[in-house]
Amino acid sequence: MYQYDKFDQQMVDTRVAEFRDQVERRLAGKLTEDQFKPLRLMNGLYLQLHAYMLRVAIPYGTLSGAQMHVLADIADKYDRGYGHFTTRQNIQYNWIKLAEAPDLLEDLAKAEMHAIQTSGNCIRNISSDHFAGAAADEVADPRPYAELLRQWSSFHPEFSYLPRKFKFAVIASEEDRAAMRLHDIGIRIVKNDAGELGAAFYVGGGMGRTPMIAPLVRDFVPLDQLVTYAEACLRVYNRYGRRDNKYKARIKILVHELGKEEYTRQVEEEFALLLEQNIEPPIAELERIKMFFGDPAYDQDASSEIDRSDPDFALWVDTNTKAHKQPGYVSAVISLKPVGGIPGDATTAQMHLMGDLAARYSFDEARVTHTQNIVLPHVKISDLHALWTELDAAGLGTANLDQIGDIIACPGLDYCSLANARSIPIAQQISERFAKNGKGDTLGELKLKISGCINACGHHHAGHIGILGVDRKGVENYQLSLGGSEAEDTSLAKITGPGFDEAGIVDAVETAADVYLAAREGEERFIDTYRRIGMAPFKEALYG
Amino acid sequence: MVELLRLRKDETHSEAAVTVEAFLGRTNAGAVRIEPGEDGRELIPHLDRIRLVEVNFPVFGDGRGYSAARILREAGFTGEIRAVGDVLVDQIAYMRRCGFDAFAPDTPLNADDAKNALERWGEVYQPTTDGRRPIWAQRHE
Ligand code: HEM
Ligand code: SF4
Repeated sequence: MYQYDKFDQQMVDTRVAEFRDQVERRLAGKLTEDQFKPLRLMNGLYLQLHAYMLRVAIPYGTLSGAQMHVLADIADKYDRGYGHFTTRQNIQYNWIKLAEAPDLLEDLAKAEMHAIQTSGNCIRNISSDHFAGAAADEVADPRPYAELLRQWSSFHPEFSYLPRKFKFAVIASEEDRAAMRLHDIGIRIVKNDAGELGAAFYVGGGMGRTPMIAPLVRDFVPLDQLVTYAEACLRVYNRYGRRDNKYKARIKILVHELGKEEYTRQVEEEFALLLEQNIEPPIAELERIKMFFGDPAYDQDASSEIDRSDPDFALWVDTNTKAHKQPGYVSAVISLKPVGGIPGDATTAQMHLMGDLAARYSFDEARVTHTQNIVLPHVKISDLHALWTELDAAGLGTANLDQIGDIIACPGLDYCSLANARSIPIAQQISERFAKNGKGDTLGELKLKISGCINACGHHHAGHIGILGVDRKGVENYQLSLGGSEAEDTSLAKITGPGFDEAGIVDAVETAADVYLAAREGEERFIDTYRRIGMAPFKEALYG
Repeated sequence: MVELLRLRKDETHSEAAVTVEAFLGRTNAGAVRIEPGEDGRELIPHLDRIRLVEVNFPVFGDGRGYSAARILREAGFTGEIRAVGDVLVDQIAYMRRCGFDAFAPDTPLNADDAKNALERWGEVYQPTTDGRRPIWAQRHE
């Protein structure tokens, strides 16, 4: 894992001091709320329905067991004993007091963590593949590139007042586990014919009210021009992105309105000029960062044998573990989606336990997934039973990865001031319904995602089944959509028809699931069947 | 309170700035003001006769002026670049990194707050034309 040197530490400490000063000026009335807002947002602090919400960055989703303990302590000290892991691979706390926020940030800084640029119209926390460094199919570990970009984008003097928020994702395998093309810039590290690594840049993806899949803008940027190319992409956006309408201010709209060719032309022109400015860190810096992401000390003789006599354990292994590049190891996914639970929530005790388990079974490393679960990336197969036993006892052993119970849901009307409808209770009811009817396993991979309004924080556009909360004459109403995917076969879901009320949407999801079960052929997943048979049979069953 | 904070030693240029359009249509103006939607690159052929560029921030959240200033510095401009309009103390450190060396906000700056803001960041991650050595350069001396 990356470790701060004195420079990184100094930057984070300085930021805490700066924010402490800003909070003091705000509390003393020297800053208006309007002036303070962008400053607190750049430190991850939102004003929500009931209190301040603080979003802590977990760069590329990687954290140590020790850091997980710190997150648990913060939940205890400043919040109500829990935290919420989000689709941005971050953690949010919902009950923060403004006057205490600087102390909280100071506690984070001591553990090499921060909330810098987790909101606001700046470059946000960079997300990545949660199996990075463990996946058998990657051409390289994507995280060193993400760390390089993290440093470049932190306190960037030119790009801190962009037209709108800006999100990067960096991956390095064909399989996309990070919704890469639904980011403002998605980077895939690739190998060219000469065997050299470079970066493919996809620019202009995003969700929100106008979802778009990012087009490929450059198929190979050499690694010693990565930062310069990113700078060119951002400069064109900062200068020409729309600022007249915040709903049209994301880079996806600029790329769409200019057209990919014209946007690319402008970027290439800017890039040529920026190359002369020598702003690129030397390759030695990338090499320095890479050193932190070497393989842990695997047991080379680790056995791959496994005792499957306990059926519950065997089910969990089949559902929640993923193949690892190292023989004798797997990546284990801890589901934060217990039946009827709040997706992504973890209590202080659960976080402490996950911190301990990361230390004991996974070289002190954990990951946050954009699907709001936690990964222990490097677990010895022979330790799996012991790990599962402890998880299960703590309510963390649910075997439902990528199934209908593994729902992504945004905070919705329970917390969010922008919400039209509640998301969490819908997730809870669907999860309970499919636990009760026992169809979860039979359905296999079925990604269900719920947003409480058109901002799409819950990725509903990219759900095999998506649910969007809308307000219909003051009543919560839910639109159903089908056919989205955020994986390498990226697609956007289509709305089925008129929306449903709270009870109706749960029934509608079951109806859609039943159409699939009746129509599926062979090994088809829900999404495959949908793509083959189209919307009509679903519509017929839902409204016919 | 400071009406005009200048980080340059040369004499203040007192000529009123003209619009970019007016500037491009005339030959003798030495001061020009860039509005957010305007392309500062159009000034590049004339940099040797410009003494002062004002960059206007009608609202502080509109960050186009940061790019405008940096582009002029990258093109070699050495005259004054002055941020005017809705310029707040919490922005001036980044502005300075982008090449601004004077600030004339609508609401005058508190001198102590401004000094704190400009001195706070001892290190930087990115190189710009301000000449500061970024952290990565110091790591690989
Ligand atoms: C509770 C406070 C929150 C507020 C006020 C908020 C606000 C917003 C807004 C306004 C957008 C739309 C941006 C646009 O279209 O330009 C958005 C998008 C998004 N938010 Fe949130 N959000 C919140 C919580 C969350 C949470 C908890 C997550 C993670 C679970 C999240 C993840 C996202 C994602 C992934 C997007 C879509 C990004 C895109 O448009 O490309 N947000 N959010
Ligand atoms: S999708 Fe809407 S309701 Fe849900 S968190 Fe985002 S802004 Fe709030």
